[in-house]
Amino acid sequence: MAKIIRKSDSFYPIYEHKSGAKDVTHYCPGCGHGVLHKLIAEALDDFQIRDRTILMSPVGCSVFAYYYFRVGNIQCSHGRAPAVATGIKRVFPESIVISYQGDGDLAAIGGNNIIQAANRGENITVFFVNNAIYGMTGGQMAPTTLVGQKTTTSPRGRSVANEGYPVAVSEMLATLKAPVYIERVALTDAKNTNKVRHAVRKALQIQIENKGFSLVEVLSACPSGWKMTPVQAKQWITDYMCKQFPLGVFRDTSAEIEPSPAVKNEFISHDLFKKLDIPDKPFRAVKSETPPVNYQNPRLKIAGFGGQGILLLGLGIAQAGMQMGYQVSWIPSYGPEMRGGTANCHVNLSNKRIGSPVVSQPSTLIAMNLPSLEKFECEVIPGGLIIYDSSLINRPPARKDVEVLGIPATKIADDLGNTRIANMVILGAYIARTSIIPRQVVVDTLPVFIKRKNLVPLNVKAVDKGIEYVSQ
Amino acid sequence: MGKQLIKGNEAIVKGAILAGCRYFFGYPITPASEIAEAAAFYMPLVGGTFLQAESEVASINMLYGAASGGIRAMTASSSPGISLKQEGISYCAGSELPIVIVDIMRGGPGLGNIAPEQSDYNQMVKGGGHGNYKLIVLAPNSAQEMCDLTMLAFELADKYRNPAVILADGFIGQMMEPVEFPKAVEKIPEKEWALHADADDEKKLICSIQLDPDVLEKHNLKLQEKYKKIAAEVRFEEYYCDDADLVLIGFGVVSRVLLSVVDILREKGQRIGLLRPISLWPFPSFQIAQLAQKIKHFLVVELSNGQLVDDVKLAVNGKKPVLFYNRMGGIVPSPEEIIAHIEKTVKA
Amino acid sequence: MVEKGGLEKAKVIIREDECKGCGLCIEACPVDVLFEQNVLNRMGYHPAGYKGEGCTGCGICFYQCPEPGAITVFKKGYVEEEVT
Repeated sequence: MAKIIRKSDSFYPIYEHKSGAKDVTHYCPGCGHGVLHKLIAEALDDFQIRDRTILMSPVGCSVFAYYYFRVGNIQCSHGRAPAVATGIKRVFPESIVISYQGDGDLAAIGGNNIIQAANRGENITVFFVNNAIYGMTGGQMAPTTLVGQKTTTSPRGRSVANEGYPVAVSEMLATLKAPVYIERVALTDAKNTNKVRHAVRKALQIQIENKGFSLVEVLSACPSGWKMTPVQAKQWITDYMCKQFPLGVFRDTSAEIEPSPAVKNEFISHDLFKKLDIPDKPFRAVKSETPPVNYQNPRLKIAGFGGQGILLLGLGIAQAGMQMGYQVSWIPSYGPEMRGGTANCHVNLSNKRIGSPVVSQPSTLIAMNLPSLEKFECEVIPGGLIIYDSSLINRPPARKDVEVLGIPATKIADDLGNTRIANMVILGAYIARTSIIPRQVVVDTLPVFIKRKNLVPLNVKAVDKGIEYVSQ
Repeated sequence: MGKQLIKGNEAIVKGAILAGCRYFFGYPITPASEIAEAAAFYMPLVGGTFLQAESEVASINMLYGAASGGIRAMTASSSPGISLKQEGISYCAGSELPIVIVDIMRGGPGLGNIAPEQSDYNQMVKGGGHGNYKLIVLAPNSAQEMCDLTMLAFELADKYRNPAVILADGFIGQMMEPVEFPKAVEKIPEKEWALHADADDEKKLICSIQLDPDVLEKHNLKLQEKYKKIAAEVRFEEYYCDDADLVLIGFGVVSRVLLSVVDILREKGQRIGLLRPISLWPFPSFQIAQLAQKIKHFLVVELSNGQLVDDVKLAVNGKKPVLFYNRMGGIVPSPEEIIAHIEKTVKA
Repeated sequence: MVEKGGLEKAKVIIREDECKGCGLCIEACPVDVLFEQNVLNRMGYHPAGYKGEGCTGCGICFYQCPEPGAITVFKKGYVEEEVT
């Protein structure tokens, strides 16, 4: 044991960031923050972890904790220190991350953040200073303000009817499974202060050993906010706060967990294309004959009801079209058009840059149910093409200025044993009628967008049936 | 190399990973959720971290913490979620943290709907949070640009120690197009200011509070100086502007529709062009002012109540008429609709 | 005082300019060797002082004092060289 008890090395010798006197803190006389700072700094010295410690300064009186702690410092927005701590700890799992928070910060505005960080079992240490008041802003009511306690925003005393009861953070968090250690201590007499010292060290030790989340709630005096002398304030903690907030260990599973070393993140930069499912081969467009002029650069609208594979049909055309070297775009039904249980997508294949991906005047409409035909028939450009599933639509399109192709796609699919491949029958019919994509390209690209590979042969069969129907 | 038919939202994640991003913190929201989903799938495969935060507010603050460590990190959301993140974005701007935020805009105000709008222009370009700050805002209009501009966003964010934004709409996020993925970024710049969990950290501070008015003013002046430098990063695309009488201005999915408008009207012999801002901040004010010298009219088309049009008017400075056409609620106008408007309102 | 490296008596040193006069050290001292001084320091507080005799080096005052650098406690047998 050191023979001299003095200012820890984990404090800056001079508080450079602070304005005014750079050798004293900004805290009021008798404030508990300073004592807790000293106990934390001493532990950082003794455990030799100062070099890898990163401290979250909150919003509240300890907003300037970074003036003092000679560590990596991050000043956080109000209540978010546990989220910020999570971020930096995930980057440096080997670091020691401390979230230092007051009661307004942690239990009011940041209530969810502390619950969720605790529930994730973040391997961080939280020091929660509970002084039952908002000190920095001038003594307003805190979530931990005692019933009847007068503050500037509870001038007649906290009323249960209006403001509810004080929040018992330690008890609440102790109901979660992940936290390893939660204790409430009080900065009062020498004996209790020694308990705070031990709790601080234990909480940090748990993080050093990579065991998980710990929180030490420290009942702490705010003589200015309470309008008491420092000596009276300490007595008030004992007489009143400790009754509302009983001291003790609320959760401690540290003995059950084996210490483990922190695992550093490995930045993987090899085989990225493979890992990201990006084809790593140079792209080569498939050459083929030019389709008839009226089928070139098609703008397709494909519509039906959900479950018919409308989006997949569009995707098949886009995928194969890309392989042909076309510019392509595909947009699923989205936004207001989704209403009414219909599904549709817009597909463009073009020799030049595609402007609007939204197909307002389709050159080809594929309609797989009657509502779709009724809704979109009028949009097709004169001389365009309408393909419809004649097994589900009992009236042909009314338009006389367009080319019409009816195909009993659903019946053909049923005959093949799977209603859901009617979309591929249509795909076959479309490419056969327009010659825009050779069969082989479609067959080659099917595995790219059909997730269940065992279904690929059946889909090929459906495409062939569609081609066969049109060619008859 | 590596051409793939892919959704814009997914292209963002792949582009980010190729740019060296290994941290994603997010919260689900339509129409941006595919970004979180793709990040959840791919990040663990490349030694990265994906964490679904408890809220939008938590996710931007996790990003704040992670970016303090000098790595490349991102989040993604959509309009109402971005509103929630604004305080954290202001902190990141104040603390000069290079982060990337993706906003796949949807309809508003309030819960609005999930259809594409562009009504987040002001909250991203003008700074929806408090304080005197600027975000670098890039507006892709294709799946390819979702990848490319995401990679650029990381580069610019690091170069200037400033948050960068990908501002896209629901259509650009949901649309699939071929993307040719570039090679991965080999080296991410070293950041001396960042925390490294080592002995040097005691000299560093990630912080946006400056209590002394003189010091805070100095900090603000420094930021403004930086923003002047970033102005050089302006990016835009001109399409048939050289001999145009009428120049259309729009970004994101609107610029795609306007491209069709130009193609259709050029075929009819009309002298019409398109200026597409790719960076919304810095804004191509100079180029628009130049055009104002020689053209007759501008027509700004937006999926909002008119936000981009204000910046265009500032750039034109009264020299030429700035006409405006808009849709709201998630409706994307067709080329024909815009052409009809032009024919009705623009006198040659 | 004894030779360097020898046995020194316990003592407490209070940096008066860092003391905010909260009195917690005085209240807590089990042997009552601290007192409030009449003088005002640069911040306008009456700083605590050591009576000069009787300190046991227990350190209780150090852990009651909120200021990191205001109090230094020397235990019996401390080595002068440690003081920096």
